[in-house]
Amino acid sequence: MRGDLDVIASLVPAGAHVLDLGCGDGSLLEELIHRGADGLGVEISDDGVIACLQRGVPVLQDDIDKGLDDLEDDSFDIVIMSLTLQAVHHPALVLREMHRVARKSIVSFPNFAHWRLRTQLAASGRMPVSPLLPYAWYETPNIRLCSIKDFEALAHAEGFTVERRILLDEGGSPRGAVTERAANLLAAGAVYLLNR
Amino acid sequence: MGATDHTRRSLGLVETQRVVLFTQDDPLVLDSGETLAPVEVAYETYGERTAGDRNVVVVCHALTGDANAAGHHGDPERPGWWDTLIGPGKPVDTDRLFVVSSNLLGGCQGTTGPSSIDPTTGQPYGLRFPLFTVSDLVRVQRKLLAHLGIHHVLAAIGGSLGGMQVLQWALDHPDELDNGLVICATSRLSAQNIAFSAVARAAIMNDPDFADGDYYATGKGPDHGLSVARMMAHITYLSEESMRQKFGRRIQDREEPRFDLGVDFQVESYLQHQGKAFLDRFDANSYLYLTRVMDYFDPFSDLELVRERLAATKTRFLVLSFDTDWRFDTSHSRGIVRTLTAHRVQVSFRDIPSPHGHDSFLLEVPEYHRTVAAYLDRALEEVS
Repeated sequence: MRGDLDVIASLVPAGAHVLDLGCGDGSLLEELIHRGADGLGVEISDDGVIACLQRGVPVLQDDIDKGLDDLEDDSFDIVIMSLTLQAVHHPALVLREMHRVARKSIVSFPNFAHWRLRTQLAASGRMPVSPLLPYAWYETPNIRLCSIKDFEALAHAEGFTVERRILLDEGGSPRGAVTERAANLLAAGAVYLLNR
Repeated sequence: MGATDHTRRSLGLVETQRVVLFTQDDPLVLDSGETLAPVEVAYETYGERTAGDRNVVVVCHALTGDANAAGHHGDPERPGWWDTLIGPGKPVDTDRLFVVSSNLLGGCQGTTGPSSIDPTTGQPYGLRFPLFTVSDLVRVQRKLLAHLGIHHVLAAIGGSLGGMQVLQWALDHPDELDNGLVICATSRLSAQNIAFSAVARAAIMNDPDFADGDYYATGKGPDHGLSVARMMAHITYLSEESMRQKFGRRIQDREEPRFDLGVDFQVESYLQHQGKAFLDRFDANSYLYLTRVMDYFDPFSDLELVRERLAATKTRFLVLSFDTDWRFDTSHSRGIVRTLTAHRVQVSFRDIPSPHGHDSFLLEVPEYHRTVAAYLDRALEEVS
């Protein structure tokens, strides 16, 4: 699994009822189900949905940008959105829907204020490319890039409080603690456990 | 299983069998409390049972289907109604699965229905046949399995009224189905759906030859009404797009319009043919009863009961709709998904793009077939 998925899996209590938004091929859910959770994925791509079915992971094919109309309030213990926030059209709407369907949310995303991205842009004058943001500007699915500061402001505005924050290095693995001021500069990404 | 040939083949020649499942001593007790006996059922099976019967798939047909879901009865050009989906190497792979397909209660193709003889009068039941429910259809499906000595169902699969049976089955018997595949179905008909049924029934019942349902001995029948009912229903099975592609405004057998009130456009000719062909294989009274069964279907209406049953269910669901289906549009399937997920039942859902409307479930839509194959492959893997 990707590094951030290990971090996320460690934040999910055993036996939890989990929703994974943008679940891709279902590998995170498969792991969580293996650890005793029961879960549901939402995925937009045909191949992702088929891969989920082949793994025995329940999945709804849907566009999370249109909201989660088929899911009732409080119908999950925890909702996960891993490295997907930056690819949706309506991040605020999606966060609001997460807030609605579960008590706790886990969100991971690449930090666009990471020093290497800042230097790339400053030095070359061209859009930065990194392991967490590997696409050229004209073909990237990542259309809503934000920094750690940006995300925290939006999460707060949507009524979330931060229960835990785990900073990630460029490989997506947890990196050591840094000062609050330095996080936005030194972390390539972050995983948040949010409460409402 | 490694050596399995995955090319799609036909089952070839298959045969319908018949069995009397309910007798005067052991009658079918309907939801209404009324009893029915004898009840004979026409059914077919495909594939081989494996040890422990872990590979049983039950196929539930829609309004006008029959036991012959796959393979053929002598003419390879006229295969069963779900031959696209069922057979060796197909999504419902009879090289690995044992498939049971029966004609439903109230039908007219081998299973007891309104055209069968009422033992108390020696005459066909006609409208004296009792009204029944989707739960009653499931009772008969289960009795057939008991007769075959099957106690474990890997999957029940059905489209439209077939999917409604699968849903009801999972609710009525939460521990019997491992998997339920509910395709372009609904948990309750809309006013528009019921309206179409009402017009179909009016066409039949207002036909001068309907004779209050006792037309069997008259040598005539409500042929006009039944064919009109079928013509109208057929329109609801196609999409606007598929009708445009198939017929457009083309004129039948000539270039210029005739400018008369007869059959002139190709679509008219097609519908007329569909209506007439239907008379050879369907009984008007069966059409009345089976459309009525659908109108009253509403298994999620009792919220308390649904909560109790879904909390107990072990069934996992695959719910599929087609984006151009307007007979039971995608919102019907989404409604089922919403109720199931709200009760923490395992469910997967896709709205499959297809230009063919409601009929898509009978056709070879690649993304649809890929989905059913992936789902059933996994289901089989889990029990083997």
